[in-house]
Amino acid sequence: MRLYQQIRDIDRRVIFLFIALSVIFPLLFQISFHEYASPIVQRIFDKVESLPAGAKVLLSFDYDPPSAPELHPMATAYVRHCCERNLKLYIIALWPMGQTMANQIIEEVIEEEFPQKVYGIDYVNLGFKSGGQGVINLILSDFEQAYPVDINGTSIDQIEMMKGVKNIQNMNLILNVSAGFPGLKEWILFGGDPGQIPVAGGVTAVSAPLLYPYYPRQLLGLMGGMKGAAEYEAALIKRYPQYAEKEHFGIFRMGPQAVAHVVIMFFIIVGNITFFIGRRREKKEAAGEGVAK
Amino acid sequence: MNRRAVTWWVIFGLLILFLLVRLTTGRMNGFWTTQGLGVWIAAFLTLFILSFLYQDNPFYKFAEHLFVGVSAAYWMVMGIWTTLFPNLIARLFPSFSLVKRILPEMADNPPQWRFLIPLVLGLLLLTRLLPKVGWLSRWALAFIIGTTAGLNFIRYLQSDFIAQVRSTLIPLVSAGPQGISWGGTFSNLILIGGVFCGLIYFFFSKEHKGAFGGASKVGIWILMITFGAQFGYTVMGRIALLVGRMQFLFGDWLRMIP
Repeated sequence: MRLYQQIRDIDRRVIFLFIALSVIFPLLFQISFHEYASPIVQRIFDKVESLPAGAKVLLSFDYDPPSAPELHPMATAYVRHCCERNLKLYIIALWPMGQTMANQIIEEVIEEEFPQKVYGIDYVNLGFKSGGQGVINLILSDFEQAYPVDINGTSIDQIEMMKGVKNIQNMNLILNVSAGFPGLKEWILFGGDPGQIPVAGGVTAVSAPLLYPYYPRQLLGLMGGMKGAAEYEAALIKRYPQYAEKEHFGIFRMGPQAVAHVVIMFFIIVGNITFFIGRRREKKEAAGEGVAK
Repeated sequence: MNRRAVTWWVIFGLLILFLLVRLTTGRMNGFWTTQGLGVWIAAFLTLFILSFLYQDNPFYKFAEHLFVGVSAAYWMVMGIWTTLFPNLIARLFPSFSLVKRILPEMADNPPQWRFLIPLVLGLLLLTRLLPKVGWLSRWALAFIIGTTAGLNFIRYLQSDFIAQVRSTLIPLVSAGPQGISWGGTFSNLILIGGVFCGLIYFFFSKEHKGAFGGASKVGIWILMITFGAQFGYTVMGRIALLVGRMQFLFGDWLRMIP
């Protein structure tokens, strides 16, 4: 068998092995690249920076563990930035597992890095509610209808930072981290647009291209996949160098990501070359058979 | 035993030996510790799922079924305690002993009888479990479909159609106080031209010939570029998930990443 035929008929598991190695080695040797925020990400960062201390930010966790490698770094960076700016965080989840993800972020970021933040005054966790866009539609007019109590079962009337909050139109910004439906698109359609509230968010790479059309009029900014997370982390470190010492999984994971992309590009190029060689030879052989006949 | 089986046994043997060396030298947490047990279970379940890349096998099937079962149970429990209980039961029956114990602050509220409507509709949905009266569930379904369709129709029309058309109606030449922005102008031309040619491609009432056919071809190119970008993003997303799992295996489990 010729070389090009061997490459053409290569077992898919060999490609899997190469991809695995291209991810494992940069992880073990901690290869990472310089990141900088693109305008679409920088716009979210600038908006958070421009908000005065005490401004209200609704943060919706609409993802689950399968998409956490992409979205958890974004959520971490958001919350870190909002806490640094002394913004009031209203945390909710439209995905059942989003509540667990939110709890994890609260534990890892707010409680560990900002122990002075007081629950009910600086941040509140209202937990998960089923209903998707129905929930957004409801809290657009009345928060209490959807969230009579917080995650601990405390009536929202008893929570200090819920006083004066009638609906999401009282929010200065809606930040969302989503992995699908309901997610950022629903927040734009049912929250941001009718309520005239700025909406920004981070989404999985798979859903990012579908959200670009909403930028910049309906969507303040967008973080697409791990790259978006790394860019936000880079912007945060640039503005607040004290966070350079913290773990930044977005930037850290972009190393293996970049190497894996190079390997995939290599296979695409090799695959195309073998395809064209094969096609040319088949044409030649067909022409030769025609002459022989 | 054939050659392939021997190869696999050797690989498994080396892997176990590697794990034993790391365990005995204290370089990774043992499965007998509280924290270690969870990590070991998660690591093996990850390996079970990844084993599908080689070929389908019982380990993969086990992990897959476990995931589906646990997810379904989790969704149900979360639905009951975060939505059904505080939003319906506690509002209808605030004096109920369970409400007093779990949500004491709601126990003093008067009952809100209007919530009987969603309760009845919810119960009607459950009639699907009884074949003789299963048709009653259609009433609740009709309510869900009707309200969702009405809600979505208005919002999608305003935000996904009218607002998107408005976003496309932009000046061809981008100019500001500093003069013409050539980058912005190029971007606007691409946007308007791309939408125009894309729409022409989907216009089937006229034969795609001449200038019309040319614009249609440009439309195909625009669509192909869009699909390429979509594919690129999909690859990025999948690799990101792989990176996350590998970081867990080599970091949290094997502790090989400092």
